[in-house]
Amino acid sequence: MKAAVIRFPGSNCDQDCVLALSELGVKTDYVWHKDTSVAGYDLVVLPGGFSYGDYLRCGAIARFSPIMKAVKEYAAAGNLLLGICNGFQILCEAGLLPGALIRNRSLHFVCQHQNVRVEDISNPFLHLCRTGARLRIPIAHGEGSYSADAATLLQLERQNRILLRYVNNNGAAIDLANPNGSVESIAGIINEGRNVFGLMPHPERACDRRLGSDDGRIIFESILASLGAISLDEDAAAPTTSRSLT
Amino acid sequence: MTVEPKITPELVAKHGLTPDEYERIKSILKREPNFTELGIFSVMWSEHCSYKNSRKELRKFPTTGDRVLVKAGEENAGVIDIGDGWAIAFKMESHNHPSAVEPFQGAATGVGGIIRDIFTMGARPVFSLNSLRFGPITGDSPNVKTNRRLFAGVVSGISHYGNCIGIPTIGGEVYFDESYDGNPLVNVFNLGILKHEQIARGAAKGVGNPVFYVGAETGRDGLAGAAFASRDLTEESKEDRPAVQVGDPFREKLLLEACLELLATDAVAGIQDMGAAGLTCSTCETASRGGTGVEIDLAKVPQRETGMTPYETMLSESQERMLIIVKKGHEKTVCDIFAKWDLPYAEVGVVKDDGMMRVLNHGQVVAEIPARQLADEAPLYDREAKAGATPPQLDLAKLAEGDNHAALLSLLAHPSIASKNWVYRQYDHTVRAGTVVVPGSDSAVFLVREANKLLAATSDCNGLYCALDPRQGARIAIAEGARNLACAGAMPLAVTDNLNFGNPHKPENFWQLRESVEGLAEGCRAFDVPVTGGNVSLYNESPAGAIDPTPTVGMVGIIEEERHVTSSYFKAAGDAIILIGGFGDELGASHYLKVVHGQKIGPVPKLDFARERATHDALRALIKSRFVKSAHDLSEGGLAVALAESTLAHPNPPPQPLGATIEINAPGLRVDQLLFNETQGRIVITAKPTDVGPILLLLEMRGIPAHRIGTVGGDMFKVTANGAHVGWSIAELRTAWYDSIANAMNA
Repeated sequence: MKAAVIRFPGSNCDQDCVLALSELGVKTDYVWHKDTSVAGYDLVVLPGGFSYGDYLRCGAIARFSPIMKAVKEYAAAGNLLLGICNGFQILCEAGLLPGALIRNRSLHFVCQHQNVRVEDISNPFLHLCRTGARLRIPIAHGEGSYSADAATLLQLERQNRILLRYVNNNGAAIDLANPNGSVESIAGIINEGRNVFGLMPHPERACDRRLGSDDGRIIFESILASLGAISLDEDAAAPTTSRSLT
Repeated sequence: MTVEPKITPELVAKHGLTPDEYERIKSILKREPNFTELGIFSVMWSEHCSYKNSRKELRKFPTTGDRVLVKAGEENAGVIDIGDGWAIAFKMESHNHPSAVEPFQGAATGVGGIIRDIFTMGARPVFSLNSLRFGPITGDSPNVKTNRRLFAGVVSGISHYGNCIGIPTIGGEVYFDESYDGNPLVNVFNLGILKHEQIARGAAKGVGNPVFYVGAETGRDGLAGAAFASRDLTEESKEDRPAVQVGDPFREKLLLEACLELLATDAVAGIQDMGAAGLTCSTCETASRGGTGVEIDLAKVPQRETGMTPYETMLSESQERMLIIVKKGHEKTVCDIFAKWDLPYAEVGVVKDDGMMRVLNHGQVVAEIPARQLADEAPLYDREAKAGATPPQLDLAKLAEGDNHAALLSLLAHPSIASKNWVYRQYDHTVRAGTVVVPGSDSAVFLVREANKLLAATSDCNGLYCALDPRQGARIAIAEGARNLACAGAMPLAVTDNLNFGNPHKPENFWQLRESVEGLAEGCRAFDVPVTGGNVSLYNESPAGAIDPTPTVGMVGIIEEERHVTSSYFKAAGDAIILIGGFGDELGASHYLKVVHGQKIGPVPKLDFARERATHDALRALIKSRFVKSAHDLSEGGLAVALAESTLAHPNPPPQPLGATIEINAPGLRVDQLLFNETQGRIVITAKPTDVGPILLLLEMRGIPAHRIGTVGGDMFKVTANGAHVGWSIAELRTAWYDSIANAMNA
């Protein structure tokens, strides 16, 4: 399989994403935002960062980058598209995912290791997990508070499209464990076609035990498995709790 | 063209030049300077650019060593070999004055400046640290609100710039003391990684090579900022706000990527960032280093505003700009890369063979100065040094011993000691996927993936020690840096320093500078670590007086193997707690005296370099033998604070707290003395109980005192000291320590 990581001006997690995928054996290319094609790729990643300096509004300018026309067509054809942090913001601005990410309720940027709970596994991004599994993955954002109107939330809920929620150490989605004020503690959602996933946590920063957690790997492994790039065997058994170092 | 002002003695004085310096300018030019030339000399001969008051002192630093690839002062930053063909470039720099008048932009552009210094060397910046000082943010001083505003602004400026550019800020220090009222210190550190053959030089080599300007357009911001930074801060300093630059981290991110992409080609003969003194500094320094001349035409410089005079263009400190000397014939490579990144670029001049810095405007000469004499021959001064009054000394008999339970809580809640989570959670400290030990331990540890090397880094300086005894304070700063690295399992490689002092024309201040430099130099020799560069910030004075002398030390070490990485917090219930280095007894200059008794008095703790180094070597040996589960050095607040921190500092606190039960006996000592003394060279480690025997034996064979003092576990921190019992719940310690700064800032 082949993966593409889109480089917008101001992307700054592009190198981390390429590294994480490469270390899993995936041939991964940078694709420049002025390019106009993502043909031939099995996975496209919109990485974190501050595309266009986050000027105007996070992701609001990136959605007009030439590459985004190709990305939209790629997603409409049912291919896998992953948006992390700023990538999630771009997906919302581009209308590929509903809702918006607004300023954190604390008004401060927040960077920490964060527990998230897997809410649904009937999708290509988390199917190696168990529902209710707790993953420990870093977050780092100033505008990560997910917001959507009541009708949208109801629809997301009914269609099992809320994939990740912020939780505490016991797996409870209480307000105190919500780092940014996201409505219903939402950390990640998927589109109706279940092929476009946006999340605020950075799984690419949690792929190496030396960094305190490798819980992010399961997301990339799920993607690889659903593309048939790795085979499912006994070793791929899903964790029910965090595998973080303590 | 606008009519330039006539040069008068008043105008010369307004540019911060003395009559003698003006005479020297005339003798260099063999004529009177024009207005633009006067401006150029004033910034290049400011303390900020020329180190004219400190350079003779700086020569005392050891700067050589087996690992030194680029020495201090040769280029923008020193370069150190870390093996396998890889090297690191790192440096610390101050942005104190700009941050005092405009904290957000002042701090942000400080970060931008130091990052440019690193990628100018051809290195990819991989992490940052910062060392900050503010006046108190708690208590009833009328300055508290201002200090909170400065602190919040600086942290948010660093966060804004560092997060956006995508370089993790993984550690540092923050202290609060009255001496920094109105004059905060903002020292920022960056480290980059490069292969030996990638070292880029800031020299204008090759007569006939074109000179390119790349990056953001020049505006009127930051006019003569270097000169502004070389004066005392006064009530009127806020009128200097135009001297503070405005940063754009997005532009710098593009500039960083474009420059590294360009440096990977064969197109570049020399590269220099435009930092302090902007175009002026970059043109004359590259010419001076190259032994050449540089001619530029200002009409070709990309400009953000219309009607800028040559004086303004040459003195602007607009950010995110670089000067590149391109190998002739490779112009298209430069144009293609900068066009790709949507950055302005222009061929503005050419390398000449006449040793002159020649500035044209639409073809007309507006300044013509011998480059080497401008860049390197600023007058150097020997300032008068005079020791200050001997500080008051502690008389223990007159010190009432109070409630030790309350004393520890006060110390832990003091913002200088309290958890800095309010700060580092605002910094992206996990981008670049390499942070192994997150902020909050003795040293930050970072895995440089490109090179597969583990680096540890720390910044240290106890300003209270330096105020009472600048030489000893500086010696201890180096020892503490080395100790913090040893606690992480690292061997020190090299040092960068940031010398923050008051006005050098005052003999007491200059004496502090000299003593500190000599103290740092002694420390560097004792630990065999060269100084690779740094920064001097003088004139740190507000109307209330000079700051406490603050020679900040940034130290970088290397960890041989992943399994040697050690952090400061307790790991498991049942582990034995061992105190290395003895019980100590020195309460002078301690934070206990300052915080609990309101006294800044000496004597500063003693320091024995040989013993200190032997202790670090022993600790590393124990770590390599895999005996050590946690290691934490004793610093502000002594043993009690160090133990409390080890119970609290877990980045992901376990459901069952890891408290401790301690028993210590030292006949003849008071309990507060035993708990809070700051005798140097001491470390608390934990280990499996079965390993205690071999650990104590190894330390005994090396002549280093060590005691098993207790056991990890439980939800209390209980101490029996000389038979007296005192205890705290982990919950109450955590409340005091973890939330203290957030509470102050939300008050």
